[in-house]
Amino acid sequence: MKISRQLKTDIVGYTFIAPNLIGFLIFTLFPVAFSVVISFTDWDYTQGFNSMTFNWGNNFVEMWKDEWFVASLINTFYFSFAVVPATVFIALVLAVVIDKYVIGKTPVRLAMFMPYISNIVALSIVWVMMYSPYGPITQLVQSLGVENPPKWLGDFNWAMPAIIVMSIWAGVGYCIMIYTSAIQSLPTEQYEAAEIDGASEVQKFFKITIPMLSPTTFFLVITTFIASFQVFGQIMIMTRGGPGTSTSVLVHYVYTTAFSFYRMGYAAAISWILFIVLFIITIIQWQGQKKWVSYT
Amino acid sequence: MDTTNQQILSKRGQPSRFPAMNRKKTKTITLKIIFTLLVGILAFTMIVPFLWMLSASFKISADVLKLPTDWIPNYLNLDNFKVVWNIGDSAPRDYHFALSFYNSLKVSTINMVFGVLTSSLAGYAFAKIRFRGANVVFLLYLSTMMIPSQVTLIPKFVLFDKLDMMGTHLTLILPGIVTITGTFLMRQFFMQIPNELIEAAHIDGAGEFRTWAQIVLPIAKPSMASLAMIVFLWSWNNYLDALVFLRDWRTYTIPVALNNFIDESITEYNLVMAASVSALFPVFIVFLVGQRFFVKGLTAGAVKG
Repeated sequence: MKISRQLKTDIVGYTFIAPNLIGFLIFTLFPVAFSVVISFTDWDYTQGFNSMTFNWGNNFVEMWKDEWFVASLINTFYFSFAVVPATVFIALVLAVVIDKYVIGKTPVRLAMFMPYISNIVALSIVWVMMYSPYGPITQLVQSLGVENPPKWLGDFNWAMPAIIVMSIWAGVGYCIMIYTSAIQSLPTEQYEAAEIDGASEVQKFFKITIPMLSPTTFFLVITTFIASFQVFGQIMIMTRGGPGTSTSVLVHYVYTTAFSFYRMGYAAAISWILFIVLFIITIIQWQGQKKWVSYT
Repeated sequence: MDTTNQQILSKRGQPSRFPAMNRKKTKTITLKIIFTLLVGILAFTMIVPFLWMLSASFKISADVLKLPTDWIPNYLNLDNFKVVWNIGDSAPRDYHFALSFYNSLKVSTINMVFGVLTSSLAGYAFAKIRFRGANVVFLLYLSTMMIPSQVTLIPKFVLFDKLDMMGTHLTLILPGIVTITGTFLMRQFFMQIPNELIEAAHIDGAGEFRTWAQIVLPIAKPSMASLAMIVFLWSWNNYLDALVFLRDWRTYTIPVALNNFIDESITEYNLVMAASVSALFPVFIVFLVGQRFFVKGLTAGAVKG
């Protein structure tokens, strides 16, 4: 039997994607589907498969009465809405300033990029020390005249801001890199025209640079938001969600629910809340972009 | 003096015939100096945590917490590193750091090699082979890109447990060699290669595999290098998966080994810092060597040229 040309192409095509597709089916698609099923069950993993009983969405109802879940959700929002705008804005200003005015750009950018390539565990350990009563941050605050500086990571109100500062520090280098490569591909005509019209540097920054970089800003807001919603490493090492509920975030709560208490069904349900919230926010941002993102 | 000044002016094109322009230039230079200083200070404060870590890693335990901090200790004590790495008889116990380095290197290298290979195979097929169902499969890939990896964590845990793979490196290697982002990037890159080139290869009698291996891959080398570095970095720094799937020190990768290390020696800051320095050092070296590929890979998806 002679096989047709198209069938031959199909076979070649699927052979090429096979290693990828098989992995995708086993480690992404199947787990996603299985996760949906698990999220509708009560499942104490220590009791084996037999203890898996369907509760038909009860997880999604009960979680709103769970103080830890609600706190984790609020804290995740608190974290993201502080980290994302600050990181992106600081990066934008720094990227422009570095590109335009700084002598020795590369070492400066590299210094700022160092945290991004570093291991989050190592970074978190260093920051725990930095925030300790013997660390440089407490010393600095003391030298500024504050007699009893807060215990940062040990203080209910200060723990999250402390982690937020650390996270901005860790993420800003990546955004600077992305902005820098965008700035380098900006066309120069508009700047030349503005120059002739006698525009000041500040005017050029607000009227030309910011609008022209808006697609990059949009990309960064979306991706850093998704990443910050999944914050885990620094929480796990620096506070483990404490003190109290003050730094408990969704991923950390999923982790402890699943792997400390083995409540798989409930944990899976919470992980889907993570996705749903991310999805809604991305849709909102996507709709909102028409108002401020200009593609030229 | 005069000649250098002249050279600078003539390089910029316009000599002093336009005084307004010169004033502007002086202003720009002043601005440059001010901003360089400001940004320089900021960049310095950005690396203060690293400097503190480095300085503490050379100190004896008592000096780490001394106030005010000695940023440059007046001795260079290598004992911390010897203890962490279990060199000589110095260690009270073996922290197995060398082993976790080996583990990390093994997992990351395998992920890198196979990740790039499978991504470039699939990327090529999605970009250049017109097989039936290609769009459907690709859409399926894209639609899962938004689902956070934490959603699949619990099912993967169950899967590995049932397959008796928990605690082995396969738990990190098998999912790691398939990267959807990588496939996406490689596809985007292959789309830019003109069809004529591939058709010419076909007319010369090369099959798809030969075209991929001998025509397309050589062109794609820089993109593959970028993807390789990114995959290596992801894999090297992967903490959550390693924390969930690995069980004892024999299999620990660097992030979990470090995590474990602080649990055991939380009061010995000097040792913890030496361990952290050891963990960061290799990535910095890799980064400095392959900087341009790193940045290219990270910005590839972000900026449209």
